[in-house]
Amino acid sequence: MTPHLSITDQPIAVADALAAVQTDAAGAVNAFIGTVRNQSGGRPVRRLHYESYDSMTLTQLGHVVAQAYEKWPMLQEVAVVHRKGTLELGDVAVVVAVATPHRAESFAACQFIIDTLKQVVTIWKREEYEDGTEWVAAHP
Amino acid sequence: MSLKVALFGITRDIVGTSVIELPAPAPATVGELLAEMRKQYPALGELRSCAVAVNNEYAAHDHPLRTVDEIALIPPVAGG
Repeated sequence: MTPHLSITDQPIAVADALAAVQTDAAGAVNAFIGTVRNQSGGRPVRRLHYESYDSMTLTQLGHVVAQAYEKWPMLQEVAVVHRKGTLELGDVAVVVAVATPHRAESFAACQFIIDTLKQVVTIWKREEYEDGTEWVAAHP
Repeated sequence: MSLKVALFGITRDIVGTSVIELPAPAPATVGELLAEMRKQYPALGELRSCAVAVNNEYAAHDHPLRTVDEIALIPPVAGG
C-alpha cells in the first residue's frame, strides 16, 4: 500500500491516477481533480505558474498520506499527482485518488488529503492576469 | 560557519536569487535566520508568513542550524 506520489511538469493523466489506486479490496474509488479556473476573486486569470520545492513537497505529501492512513485504517491505496510549471485554463493541476472498502471513508479521506495538502505542501502559485502576475496568498 | 539558504516563490523574487549564502558568523537558529533575512530584505517582513525548512521539514524558531543542513525559506504555500 505504498502511496503513489509525484510532481510532474507534464500534463496529468487522470486515468493513470485512478488505475494506480485500483485494488480488488476496495469497493470505492474517490478522486478530487483540481483544475485551472478563469478568474480569481473576480479578476480574470490567463494562466498559472506553479513552482515546487520537490524534495520537501514529496516529504510533506508522505506525512499527509501517513496521517490519512492513521485516521482511516481501512484506507487501501492513495495516489497524489501535482503539476508544476505553466498551466493553461482547464488544465489539471492536482489529482488525489483514494480507494477504500466503502464509500463514506473514501469521501472523507480524499477531502482530508486535499485540504491538508493545501496547507503544508511546498508548492507556490503565481497567477497571470492581463496586466501582470502575482504570487497567490503571499501577502495579508 | 556559513549557511546556504534556498529561496522559492516570492522570497526568490524579493532576494533576487534562488540561493543565498550567509557568511560567518551565520545565524545559529531558525529564529536568528529569519531576523537576519528580514533585516537585509524588509519586504520579507510584509509576507503573510515565512517559515523555515530544515532538511525538508518545517522547523521551529529555536531549531539550530548547521552548515550541512538543507535550509529553505518557505513563503505562504498555495498548492492544490
